[in-house]
Amino acid sequence: METYGDLVAAEDVLLFVNAAITGTGQREFHSGAAEQQLSLDFLHTYMCVNYRGPYAAALALDINDHNAALIVRRLLETSREATEEQRRTEGRLIARRLELLPPQRVYRLIGELRRAKVNNRRTRAILRDWLAARPDQTLDAVKYRAGLKRALRHAHLRPAEAETGDFLYAPGRRAKYRAPLLDAWRRAHHQKAAVFELPYTVAESFAQRHGIPRAAFLDRIAPRLTALERLRLQESARAHGADAVAADLAGMPLTRLASYVLGLPPADRIARRAELTDALRGSARRAARAAGSAGSASAGGSWGRVTAVLDDSWSAYGSGVKRRRPLAAALACHFLLEALADEYTALWTSGRTDALLARPSGPTPLGRRILDALDTAPQRLLIVSDGWDNAPPGLAAEVLRVWRTRLDPERRTSIVHLNPVYDAEGFDVRRLAPTVPTAGLRDAEDLPALVEFARFAEGRTDLAELTAHLAARTARFLSAAPEGTVR
Amino acid sequence: MSPAFPAGPPAFRLDLTGLETRPAQVWGGVRLVPLVRPEPIADLRLHQELYEAEYAAVPVGRRTTYHSYIPHGFVADWTHDGTPAAAYGTRLDPAAGPSGTPSAALPAAPPERVRVRVPRRLAKREGRTRLRFLPLHLALEGYLALHFGGPSIAWEQWSDRALRRGLSPRAEEAYSGGQVRGLADALRVFELHPGQCGLLVYVADALAVASVVPHPDDYRALHRTLLLDLYGELIHHYAVLSAPVPDFRADLRGAGPINSVADLRAAVAQQEHAWTAFHDGTMAGGLLDTAYRARTVRRLGRFTLSRFLPEFRPRQENHIGEAITDEQGRIAYLKTFRLSEPQIRRGYLLDRLAAHDWHLPTTATALNLTEPQLALRLDAAGFAELLRQDVLDHHRRAARG
Repeated sequence: METYGDLVAAEDVLLFVNAAITGTGQREFHSGAAEQQLSLDFLHTYMCVNYRGPYAAALALDINDHNAALIVRRLLETSREATEEQRRTEGRLIARRLELLPPQRVYRLIGELRRAKVNNRRTRAILRDWLAARPDQTLDAVKYRAGLKRALRHAHLRPAEAETGDFLYAPGRRAKYRAPLLDAWRRAHHQKAAVFELPYTVAESFAQRHGIPRAAFLDRIAPRLTALERLRLQESARAHGADAVAADLAGMPLTRLASYVLGLPPADRIARRAELTDALRGSARRAARAAGSAGSASAGGSWGRVTAVLDDSWSAYGSGVKRRRPLAAALACHFLLEALADEYTALWTSGRTDALLARPSGPTPLGRRILDALDTAPQRLLIVSDGWDNAPPGLAAEVLRVWRTRLDPERRTSIVHLNPVYDAEGFDVRRLAPTVPTAGLRDAEDLPALVEFARFAEGRTDLAELTAHLAARTARFLSAAPEGTVR
Repeated sequence: MSPAFPAGPPAFRLDLTGLETRPAQVWGGVRLVPLVRPEPIADLRLHQELYEAEYAAVPVGRRTTYHSYIPHGFVADWTHDGTPAAAYGTRLDPAAGPSGTPSAALPAAPPERVRVRVPRRLAKREGRTRLRFLPLHLALEGYLALHFGGPSIAWEQWSDRALRRGLSPRAEEAYSGGQVRGLADALRVFELHPGQCGLLVYVADALAVASVVPHPDDYRALHRTLLLDLYGELIHHYAVLSAPVPDFRADLRGAGPINSVADLRAAVAQQEHAWTAFHDGTMAGGLLDTAYRARTVRRLGRFTLSRFLPEFRPRQENHIGEAITDEQGRIAYLKTFRLSEPQIRRGYLLDRLAAHDWHLPTTATALNLTEPQLALRLDAAGFAELLRQDVLDHHRRAARG
């Protein structure tokens, strides 16, 4: 028996998941950073107080790192309100999630916990386990020096080696370190060659101090770059003529790669068309295979006839801090769908047909484009847009409503709207029409899982079904964890 | 100074042929309606130049100057033979090869400095095919100079000062676009249409400004300059007090039976047509359906720069503005300023007085008033100094008791 309360609960949970996938507290096209943060903060408080179970379970979903850190923080802040059973699940979820978060995010989270004066036994235990599981504490000591120092102090812990302790708290005490990385840091103060044994972020400031030319520095530091640092440095290295930095683009994550491509000037994109297209296709194929093996309902080439409506209107520019992020998500979806579908048609809102040259410009005539898409009689229709349908406003909703009610009442076409932008004012991603499910989109790689999840947002949501889904995802998430590290 | 706008048969109408209305975009209380030119005008181009001066005094005639805060001016370039013109400041990029492919990554040399100086005239020819003018100030000066010379016949009621110096000094207040709440954000999130050459700005659904340029590239460059334009106090107040205005959302419920995608397409086209008709007929009606009195400022090849004044109908929408029209009267450039109610009243009173040779009793009769009532109305409109002090005092005393 479904009550009104159940319906509201299910809707709240869905809304929160969408927000947690898309919201980053940064400036967006339509709203400022402060609005975004205020809106997210409200949602987190609301969820934590009213639906603690699903709130913690969201950690098992593909939410973004910003929100994962916020959830962990809030759960630890309010430990007292949790029951014994909840505490156990939460502990496992938090531990697993922290492993997946980039270390700099965790160190920042620890700093926030410290500022908020959250230092209960549970927090310390979780921090201890996380720090113990870090593969190399000397690397953290060099690369996240302040963060590690703060973390050790906050959790009342001793460093793994006495040497690391000296390095952090009394760097003048030892004339030499046994750990090569720590010693390299010591030598880098006076020896140029030692700079290139350090991680890139640390070496950069030493290089500055030694006056090493940027091109030479990039060339020699290239082997120490992480994959994302390498991608980020591609263009500046090319301008400096440092060839050693050149990356294997196909190995990069799809959405990041799309962002990189969109950052290139159109002339470069034309000149390197074959290379970039191959890289995007290769990355998309890998993402499609991963989706197939992850047990989603879909594997490569099994989606049938797919049509996508992709938004490259001016608002897809995002903002100065998330430059072209919505457009990058759309471009990545384009290549992923190409890999997933047997027969694929892409329709950009601007009417352009060359995906590689996509650029944000023009209005958003979503209604017209959806009509064009329905003309191709697809089995699946995906709409990737921020939901600001403005030429004319509301036409997409009307077209979709008429299509659902009059032209396709048996639902032969499955329609899903994916939205990469969190709407601070609506506490959700902007919807197109009540008859079409809308899901938040972070990385295109999650697309198959999102399309699966989006069915909950269609019509009346069944809370029991949703809870079961969350429980299954939680179990899958936790079972992927190596034994012994969870508590 | 002779009246700038001789009373005559109203001839000028705003002819937006060649411009198509596209769906509005709403942000808070501001509604922006784009105008798209399928065939842009290539032989007239506009360019903006910024002035540093806080305010400027621009001579407009013998011993008459126009003082205002003037943040920017426009430069119009045209050709005589219909070939495409280049906007002022356009440069051939040496980095671009002859085939148009950008070559080396060398940054282009910095542009030659354009000399910035305080404008010497409201519209000044800078060359055979170049004109520099101050947008909106041209129109506003036309409004301020309306019957600027004062009474044409020295009837006994007019003060010495009015007879000797006319309406001088004559002042009006306006707000810059940056002070109109929500306008900056609305312009920022507005998505330009391809081929867009104009924009109508509605604040709380009152038409604030109509802006049209000849070429989409010019529009893209000048879109943000709407923030530097002038807005009347009416618009400023509306922006402060307005609640968000609703979207005109598409609605296919009344479209009749839809049984195929083709039907749906037809219904969609019908919706788009309905919006265009509604906007051009109703929302912009106050601007487009009225006749204006225009005065030619300058000829630019086949184009004409003129400024225009409305008929000053109290309690109705009245716009002043300036326009560049081609030989058939079609608008190539347009900028309007919405007058607020007191401004309309002032223009109306001056017009009526001038029409009756500044004779108070005849004017009063024509307006269905008594002479004291008309005098008090002039007083309320801010023209107290035109009347002799003792005459005015007499009427005031009579009105009080």
